[in-house]
Amino acid sequence: MSEALLTWVVFLPLASVVGLALLHGSLVAFGLSRGLPDVLWRWLALAATVVTFGMSVALAAGYDATDTAFQFVAHRPWLPRWGIHYFVGLDGVGLAMLLLTTFLVPLVLIGSWTGYSRRKGYLMHVLVLETGALGAFASLNLFQFYVFFEALLVPMVFLIGVFGGPLRVRAAIKFFLFTLAGSVLFLVALLVLAVLQQQQFGGVNFDLVAVSGIPLPPILETRVPTVQAPWWQQQTWLFAACALAFAVKIPLVPLHTWLPDAHVEAPTGGSVLLAGVLLKLGAFGFVRVALPLFPVAAQQFAPVLAVVALVGILYGALLAMVQSDLKKLVAYTSISHLGFVVLGLFALNVEGLQGGILQMVNHGLSTGALFLLVGMIAERRDTREIAAFGGVAKPMPVFALFLVLITMSSIGVPMLNGFVGEFLVLLGAFERSAAVGAAATVGVVLAAIVMLSMLRRVLFGPVENPENRGLIDLDRRERAVLVAFVIPIVWIGVHPATLLRRVEPSILELLRVMDVRARASAAESEASASESSGSEAPEADGSSATVPGAAGQRARWLAAATAPAGRPEPAR
Amino acid sequence: MVSEVHQTELLRWIVVLPLLAAAANGLLLGLLRRPLPRTGTIALSCGSVGVSFVLSFVALVQLTGLDAEDRFLVDGLHTWIGAGRFSAECSFLLDPLSAVMALLVTGVGFLIHVYSIGTMEADDREDKGFQRYFCYLNLFVFAMLVLVLGDNLVLVFLGWEGVGLCSYLLIGFWYADDRHARAGMKAFVANRVGDVGFLLGIFLLFWSLQDVGLARVAFADLREAMPALVERTVPLPAWLGFLPGAPEWRLTNVIALCFFVGAMGKSAQIPLHVWLPDAMSAPTPVSALIHAATMVTAGVYLVCRLAFLYEAAEATSLVIAWVGALTALFAACVAMAGRDLKKVLAWSTISQLGLMFLALGMGAYAAALFHVVTHAFMKALLFLGAGSVILALDHEQDIDRMGGLRAVLPWTHRMFGVGVVALAGAPYMAGFFSKDAMLMAVRHAEVPGHEALFAIGLLVSGLTAFYICRLHLRVFHGEYRGRGGKRREFHEPGQLILIPLGILALLSMFGGLLLGPSAAFVPFVPSEDPDSFGRFLEPLLGRTEHAATDAEHWGLAASATSIALAGGALAWLAARRPGLPQALAPLRAPLGRVLAPLRRSGRAVTATARTGFHVDALYDVALVRPLYWLADVVLRRGVEQRVIDGALVHGSARTVRALADGALRHLQTGLVQNYLLWIAVGALVVVGWLLR
Repeated sequence: MSEALLTWVVFLPLASVVGLALLHGSLVAFGLSRGLPDVLWRWLALAATVVTFGMSVALAAGYDATDTAFQFVAHRPWLPRWGIHYFVGLDGVGLAMLLLTTFLVPLVLIGSWTGYSRRKGYLMHVLVLETGALGAFASLNLFQFYVFFEALLVPMVFLIGVFGGPLRVRAAIKFFLFTLAGSVLFLVALLVLAVLQQQQFGGVNFDLVAVSGIPLPPILETRVPTVQAPWWQQQTWLFAACALAFAVKIPLVPLHTWLPDAHVEAPTGGSVLLAGVLLKLGAFGFVRVALPLFPVAAQQFAPVLAVVALVGILYGALLAMVQSDLKKLVAYTSISHLGFVVLGLFALNVEGLQGGILQMVNHGLSTGALFLLVGMIAERRDTREIAAFGGVAKPMPVFALFLVLITMSSIGVPMLNGFVGEFLVLLGAFERSAAVGAAATVGVVLAAIVMLSMLRRVLFGPVENPENRGLIDLDRRERAVLVAFVIPIVWIGVHPATLLRRVEPSILELLRVMDVRARASAAESEASASESSGSEAPEADGSSATVPGAAGQRARWLAAATAPAGRPEPAR
Repeated sequence: MVSEVHQTELLRWIVVLPLLAAAANGLLLGLLRRPLPRTGTIALSCGSVGVSFVLSFVALVQLTGLDAEDRFLVDGLHTWIGAGRFSAECSFLLDPLSAVMALLVTGVGFLIHVYSIGTMEADDREDKGFQRYFCYLNLFVFAMLVLVLGDNLVLVFLGWEGVGLCSYLLIGFWYADDRHARAGMKAFVANRVGDVGFLLGIFLLFWSLQDVGLARVAFADLREAMPALVERTVPLPAWLGFLPGAPEWRLTNVIALCFFVGAMGKSAQIPLHVWLPDAMSAPTPVSALIHAATMVTAGVYLVCRLAFLYEAAEATSLVIAWVGALTALFAACVAMAGRDLKKVLAWSTISQLGLMFLALGMGAYAAALFHVVTHAFMKALLFLGAGSVILALDHEQDIDRMGGLRAVLPWTHRMFGVGVVALAGAPYMAGFFSKDAMLMAVRHAEVPGHEALFAIGLLVSGLTAFYICRLHLRVFHGEYRGRGGKRREFHEPGQLILIPLGILALLSMFGGLLLGPSAAFVPFVPSEDPDSFGRFLEPLLGRTEHAATDAEHWGLAASATSIALAGGALAWLAARRPGLPQALAPLRAPLGRVLAPLRRSGRAVTATARTGFHVDALYDVALVRPLYWLADVVLRRGVEQRVIDGALVHGSARTVRALADGALRHLQTGLVQNYLLWIAVGALVVVGWLLR
């Protein structure tokens, strides 16, 4: 049962799109020229996403937090000749992301219930996007991860390019080119890995963890050289390629300029999904791919990435401070928040990583809700200029209540979710470098300045613009959506253990894998150093000198995998 | 040391009740738009705080039933944040220190809740504000109780930020006025600057203790782990080599300094004092509760709570003493020139907090806490008195438009008078004993420069008497200077306002005696149990060992009182401006000529002092504008638009287009022969590489 459940969660949105389209088509074919009415489309799509969320909650309930292995795994051959399998499974990190995604999508649909949710194309793209994201978060096969990672791009580009604002096409192209450029680098790194694996084991297997019945070791067992190899095979360069790809997605300064444009042009729901789901893929890629595969390079690059993240925190906050467009302001604070995420990840300790992952969830919740709120007020006034507002708290007290509450979550006031994540990130970062940790803490002050002055300019003060006087407060639907956001925001703030407890074993496992692989690399580079100093004429082709026969390597791996110290194999 | 844990479930209710009331009020009003009837709101919010007070009292009784060395009650709920090596419990601790604070918060809090009913009902500015106001006020009491009862640093930080948030919400309570919204934001940001210090303190403490394998954040554990930290040092970076004590600082000093930065923010010490005067745009009861009696004393509480750390941080303690002394002097000077009734009281609060920090820096933790308590009584009384004046005068706060109110507001006048006399330090009033304890500690401290600090302390107590008497005289005596002279219409506020005032007046009179003054005053004081306050706190705060004889106490009392009297007399002179005696009449003209420039420069000084010596303007020019300039001109228009988007992103797009247009286009000739040629060349290259 558990095997099928995860697959169901991943594919239900896509399947329902296909089902709805078929239903629509057959109705048309049978002479009903209207096909399936829009109302039914809406309700059925919503039902599908709600069921998806329900099933992912069931997954969370059935998740065994004491087990470090991937759970709910399913493994089927896809292109076995090339080591490409359909392979899904969850650890704590994947589970957190899965929950976040399935939680956000129904709310996005309800949020635009009277707007774009009336349009079939919008619903289809949102649902396809959901499957893409869930597939990426659940992937345990690197190639499959890449496919989902890329497939996600298409519905997002359409969401922006079709349903966006006046400059939507331009923003969509910019977004597409930026992320595509990054993805190409990721693909190259993937192919190099395959080449390395082919050299070492005589075959290719893109699986991330071992599965019984697959003779080739998973790609995680591939030794990525740190020295004594052509430059394009070295960890440093492979890590750099992956890091660039993920940095574009996150995005890290200075690769971020697509984000404000995309957010400004995207429809509200698109912005929520972009911030809540899409940006997480970059950070998730680091956790799932770059850190375990290239631990030595990750350690080398950690200070650099920490500083880049720090720059992002401060830069994003400072730029947010001087924006006149509400959505752009939120977009720049988003950059600042994701700086916190990356800072936490590259603290490379349990506290920082946990904080980073928690902060990914927090950002999805608080920034998602902020985009919804901005959408709600922009819809009423047909403008997002901050200067056009002022004193809105008077006609819209419920809106004001939620905006204040979500702002407090966003700037990390304790009892709400943002604080726990930020605190752990800063705690972790402080251990690695007190200076970077201290400087990042200053970002907390900047965030307060940005968000509180936004509140002041939008909500408070006298109502000067007569158009604001007659604003209608949030209706039931809008309130319900926001309440749905507030519940996890408060829950995580008061009892973060719900998430932390499930994430922690996975983090410890990640750190263990990194440690083991880094040790192996260190031992090898020592060995190769002594070898090259021992022999007078080092081989011209370094790879053949350090790589023993593929068969021998494979035998060694099999021996290690069966030993008790080896990584526990996931039960099928 | 921890022999036995006395578990009690009482503490969680003390904390949670106000939260439940706030949540009920907030949910009904904010989300469902179903305002409760006023009596319902009153019952919920005043009731919850009242019950909390009773429970605190019960807990105190339980506590005093234990052995003096073993006085703590614990109530652990669950692990709040647990990640890797870090763990912060949600757990409350009642020991003598937190018991004092909890009683203060709930007790004064309850009185001010009751007072608020009166003022908020009389206030017609905002019809739906009543329930919102009590929701915030309850939320504040909750956060403040977490702050004082939290048993670890992170939980205290929760309360610490929580009270900041409530302060923000309440300062901007009348949000339709942009000045209030700005003042709220200023308070939050200044507090956040302090919070950075607090957070860094936690991080530094945690990781230093991690090195010795004792990573905890709970106070009991920290206390035990202190010996492991005392000897450790931190190397300073080279560019800080000019600082005293370089190249190495003691770790305890650095950590203590971080937490003190937090305390500076919350307790409005220089240079983070700027938010408190502006915070006076909150409703007056809020100023009394948050910005005088409780929240602003959180910094003093924090230092007391970490007394074991500060005892091992002499250098930082000296810094605290000087910051406190200078703040006390600075704020007292501003208060002397003030025209706004509430702002004068705010500056006075800053000044009194400065005195407390002066005492803390000298290691007199118990004395400082004593002053926290008496100051809470006195300042709450003064603020509430001011509130009833402001209410009677229909939101007039300018003391130049008051005067002679003694006749129309007799009870307010009397109560306010009690507050004035107590704050000025008249013998046997509450302020007298606490001020004596603090100044005596400064006098006998074995620290370089303590004579200067003592002198500043004495001077400030004189200035205090001056500005507070001036305030009283300007408001209640003389002629009415307001508009229209319709002073007959003013009338005394209702009972709900006068009863809390009366209780606070009694506390300001006898609070010092109740808490047990120094033994030196015993022959003249009907106290059964001298210095009981200090002894109650001794296990936590230690005892201030100084060899002050009774004669010295009396000497100090006499000099402080005479200085205060001089201050009061000066204030009387300044208010009355009596003319020259008849005999000296011929001298009037020459004297006037001599004094004219003096008078002019005096006016200029007064005007400068009234602005808080232009510190706000300085910050604006030195911090705020450069920050926005950096963000807008350098980063947004420069880096973002020109460099990243302009040169890099669009530049690469242009390059690609130029390349395609200029070079690659010419390859697309459309002639098959050309294409074949290129194919052949390509094939040759590939073959050649394979055969190499």
